[in-house]
Amino acid sequence: MSVPVSWYLLLSAALFAIGTVGALTRRNGISIFLSIELMLNAANLTLVAYARQLDQRTGQLIVFFVLAVAAAEAAVGLALFIAVFRQRHTIDVNRLNLMRW
Amino acid sequence: METLIFFIFAALALGSALVVVAHKSPVYATLSLVLTLVSTAVLFLLLGAPFVGVLQVLVYAGAIVVLFLFVIMLLNLQKEGSAEGPGAQLWAALLGAVLFLGMLGLAFRRVALPAPPPLTAESVSLKGLASDLFGEYLLPFEIVGLLLLVAVIGATVAARRPGEPASLSENEEEIAP
Amino acid sequence: MNPELAATLVKYAVMFLVFINVAPIMNWVERRACAFIQDRPGPNRVGPFGLFQPVADALKFMFKEDVTPSAADRPLYLMAPAIALVPAFTTFVVIPFGPDVQIGGRTIPLVVANVDTGVLLFLALASLSVYSLVMAGYASNNKFSLLGSIRASAQLISYELALTISVLAVLIPVASFRLSDVVAYQQQHVWSFIPQILGFLVFLIASFAETNRLPFDLSEAESELIAGFHTEYGSMRFALFFQAEYTNMAALSALGVTLYFGGWTLPGIDFPHNVWGGLLGLATLLAKVAFCMLMYVWVRWTFPRFRYDQLMRLGWKVLLPLSILNLILVAAMTLAGWLGPWKP
Repeated sequence: MSVPVSWYLLLSAALFAIGTVGALTRRNGISIFLSIELMLNAANLTLVAYARQLDQRTGQLIVFFVLAVAAAEAAVGLALFIAVFRQRHTIDVNRLNLMRW
Repeated sequence: METLIFFIFAALALGSALVVVAHKSPVYATLSLVLTLVSTAVLFLLLGAPFVGVLQVLVYAGAIVVLFLFVIMLLNLQKEGSAEGPGAQLWAALLGAVLFLGMLGLAFRRVALPAPPPLTAESVSLKGLASDLFGEYLLPFEIVGLLLLVAVIGATVAARRPGEPASLSENEEEIAP
Repeated sequence: MNPELAATLVKYAVMFLVFINVAPIMNWVERRACAFIQDRPGPNRVGPFGLFQPVADALKFMFKEDVTPSAADRPLYLMAPAIALVPAFTTFVVIPFGPDVQIGGRTIPLVVANVDTGVLLFLALASLSVYSLVMAGYASNNKFSLLGSIRASAQLISYELALTISVLAVLIPVASFRLSDVVAYQQQHVWSFIPQILGFLVFLIASFAETNRLPFDLSEAESELIAGFHTEYGSMRFALFFQAEYTNMAALSALGVTLYFGGWTLPGIDFPHNVWGGLLGLATLLAKVAFCMLMYVWVRWTFPRFRYDQLMRLGWKVLLPLSILNLILVAAMTLAGWLGPWKP
């Protein structure tokens, strides 16, 4: 019996949900970033699962682009974290609140 | 056999995702992310996308997460101190996640997706993917290349020490970390 | 049992047995060759020509006291040597080691994993070797280890780019990622290091950096960082790192030989398509790999070490542009038709 594609979709939804909970509840900036990468990964899994279901390669190509964009975003985001850390000596997002009302 | 592999790697992916989100030490969280990415890559292979799976390990697990580890070690991040216990934020997020999953589970129970056609050697071949990538999707490909260039320049500029020149002159040789 | 699965297991067993013996043999070769270069005898007490020296070393490693630093991060500290072996013993599955063998009416290609994404799988698994370095350095709770591991991992990911691009250039005229196709192409045309000499030089230098060998071994430099990322590891754990390093060297040499020097083939000779042909192919591949390993040892005891900033400058400002130049040249040559059509 082959695995139905809906199981892959449920798994990726679960990974996405775990990533969201992490992004909403962590205090450390890098941990939030890791949760975002987890969410991107879950989206990739959804895209590939649908590519399989609909028998089209477009899903895999989109994953290719998402991978590249995630790499670019990680590089810039981490550079920003380094810059913020140099100024404020913390990346606890509760303490980076200069622009709060 | 395929079902067994699916269950093993799905469990591994879920377990390591939970560790990523819940562990106090950033280094352990990052290494769990590697495990999640590798398990997802195996799932990609099961779904007939070998190129994407191998690329995920090569790019995501092999380079991006290493970048994360570098930054964690450079900034010498310690374990997150738990001053407050699980607050209202955590319960709200968990409730939202459970509702989301419940809704999707119900949706999939109502609608049964038809079985996809079996994988052929042609559908997983690299040639088809490459002809699509460099044919129909050439413009997004080039734009992504430009995006990566912009990201490299942006990251180099953003992470400079304030007052540092853009390039080192011949006299001063910087001994890096 | 499924006959294909059985064939794969047998092939993996053969390759595994070959690659697991690399470390003891290289231990002896390294010490004797280094002694020869330095004009001294080298180990010659334990057996004729010191041939049982690796056995003595293995016994020493097994019986030495296993010390774990008390402040070390235990799970990561214990996992790091094990993770170091994973890329070492999985990357060689895509390397072909002989002609297609015909047994009992079946044609079996002599590659453990004849996947469509051949070389990419090799590079993906090799890129995971960074994690053992990072874990070892971080978990040891020692400033020198951390410094050594950060340097080593930065070096590894920098030179990985030049390596990958020079490998891509080899694949352009072949139009396939499979290494068996690369070998077949080289059989029909010329060995790839002739039209792509620039790419070969970049690959050579990058492979020295990828395996942390002199002149790029600043991360384990004895005079500067005690022993770099494996300072705090003794006895059997150090032996595992040691084994992983030599096996990585052998796997990367096998890749280089397959891409640039025709792999298991000899020019003009057609190996028979049976088990004897397979063994001949394996022997040819191993002879070429052995020559490469000897070169690694020779270079190690000849050149001084690169300083870290010189190393990074070389990787990013010299090798990467050269490999891209090589890629463009090969693409131009392929378009002009010089690198010829070929039949898989």
